[in-house]
Amino acid sequence: MKVVVCVKQIPDPALPGELDPSTNYLKRDDKLILDESDSYGVEMALQLVESAGGGEVSLVSMAPNNEVSGLRTALAMGAEDAVLVSDNALAGSDALGTARVLAAAISRMSPDLVLAGVESSDGYTGTVPEMIAGVLDMPSITFAKQIEIDGTTVKVQRQTEAGYDDVECQTPALVSVTAGVVEPRYPSFKGIMAAKKKPVEELDLAALGVDGSSVGQSGARQETLRVTDAEERQAGEVIEDEGDAHEKIVEFLGELKIV
Amino acid sequence: MSVETILVFGEGDESGPSGLTLELLAAARDLATKVEVFVAGDGAAMAAELGSHGASTVYSTGPIDGKLMGVHAAATLQAHLESNSADAIFFGQTPDGRDTAARLAVRLDQPVVTNNVGASIEDGALVVEEPVFGGTQNVFTAFRNDGPSLALFRPKSFEAEATGGAPAEVVAVDTVDPGAAGAAAVTGRHVEERSGPQLDDAEVVVSGGRGLGQPEAYEMVDELAGLLGAASGASRAIVDAGWVPYAKQVGQTGKVVKPNVYVACGISGATQHLVGMKGSKNIIAINKDPEAPIFGVADLGIVGDVHKVIPALIEALKSR
Repeated sequence: MKVVVCVKQIPDPALPGELDPSTNYLKRDDKLILDESDSYGVEMALQLVESAGGGEVSLVSMAPNNEVSGLRTALAMGAEDAVLVSDNALAGSDALGTARVLAAAISRMSPDLVLAGVESSDGYTGTVPEMIAGVLDMPSITFAKQIEIDGTTVKVQRQTEAGYDDVECQTPALVSVTAGVVEPRYPSFKGIMAAKKKPVEELDLAALGVDGSSVGQSGARQETLRVTDAEERQAGEVIEDEGDAHEKIVEFLGELKIV
Repeated sequence: MSVETILVFGEGDESGPSGLTLELLAAARDLATKVEVFVAGDGAAMAAELGSHGASTVYSTGPIDGKLMGVHAAATLQAHLESNSADAIFFGQTPDGRDTAARLAVRLDQPVVTNNVGASIEDGALVVEEPVFGGTQNVFTAFRNDGPSLALFRPKSFEAEATGGAPAEVVAVDTVDPGAAGAAAVTGRHVEERSGPQLDDAEVVVSGGRGLGQPEAYEMVDELAGLLGAASGASRAIVDAGWVPYAKQVGQTGKVVKPNVYVACGISGATQHLVGMKGSKNIIAINKDPEAPIFGVADLGIVGDVHKVIPALIEALKSR
């Protein structure tokens, strides 16, 4: 079984994010890391291959400046190899442009199963996986909290507002994985060392056969008019509990006529 | 180009359209002269309420049973648009809304802009407003495409309000088979038991986070919620840790709540959480870390141990 996992390399969410004032794109100057949302997809893929008794997990990513540090993390977890699409023409790509590029890369890899996180932690559009399935004209199941492979059938528990649904289809298929449903493994020292030697194939748009005008800023067909500061919510009173803070809360709730 | 017709992707169940659908109608009728609804399901059952919220027509496929909806809804919508044009299509940011918009974007080769909380028309183009960096900044994006503008909106972005219109005219739509891509079959549904006030519309919400320390401590969040007639919620951290079900998650990837009072217990206030609750009218936060970001949005902040403050609060409320 061959599983391809889509992974995004993002600025460290622990650092304050910033938009480049000249382009209004998210600044990605510092080292990029593996999006935590995608570590669940990587872990899920590794577990599925392990329980199937064999197969391989490959990664696909799109990032500026041939960035690979996030990919190395996923390779250290146990993925075999990776494809990275990097091209100056990709700057400003929206969800659809991103999906076209990733789909083009995936179609060269002939997977049985494509996994992706439901949404990234920086852009969080939550539409790219389903768009990839759309470009590949492939069945898809989004918001998976559990995945089981039974021969050529993929069975998923799909998160819903009310609970979950059992959903299934035949492979090849794409499944998007919700955060927190598996415990991503920590790369071992051996894994980290091995990851340095694992193959990362770097491709540009020409190599993929994707028209540069259909992606990037021109493909996005939208214009950022302005960025404004949101109205700040004023912080109120902050007190240190000295054993009587609950009285203050009761008083506050009383003023609001809740109690 | 101008925005004259807006099509709303309507969702709901046998009890009627969802609150989010009605919110989108309120936004759409402020912008467009003609507001219509497309329902991949039983639209006829929703016609009266959709009409009273400003929709003139509801296009209804009838129930799509046993299939994952998005890819089927998108194929049908694409065919529908060939004879019924729309300048913009508004979707709620729900699982089916996202799936449908994503598949439709590929079919129509048109962009989708997600996570919006506002919409306006500027120079004839749809402009949408998206909060970024935990809602500290807003990005205004204009559509510059040559087809319908596809926009996804977060819940509670607009105020639903009935305007007393006549029931929407129901027009049956034939579904279009998306072929092999539509093969995902729903073989079972599991509904978690819901009782008491619901997060979506509760007057008071009490939420717990990692600061509770252990899963058992969530019981005091439930108890406090019970005493206040509140719904209980949670941060993503403890949902991911498996302490409480996803249905309780408040935040970017969970529910957006705007209650009169929000009580955050042991929640630090990660961006992910703040975007889901900072629209609350009043916020009370209890956390032992005085530097926690939650205090930046709280009207009343208590720097203290949740294991002392909450039990004391429960006792005080019980003795009243």
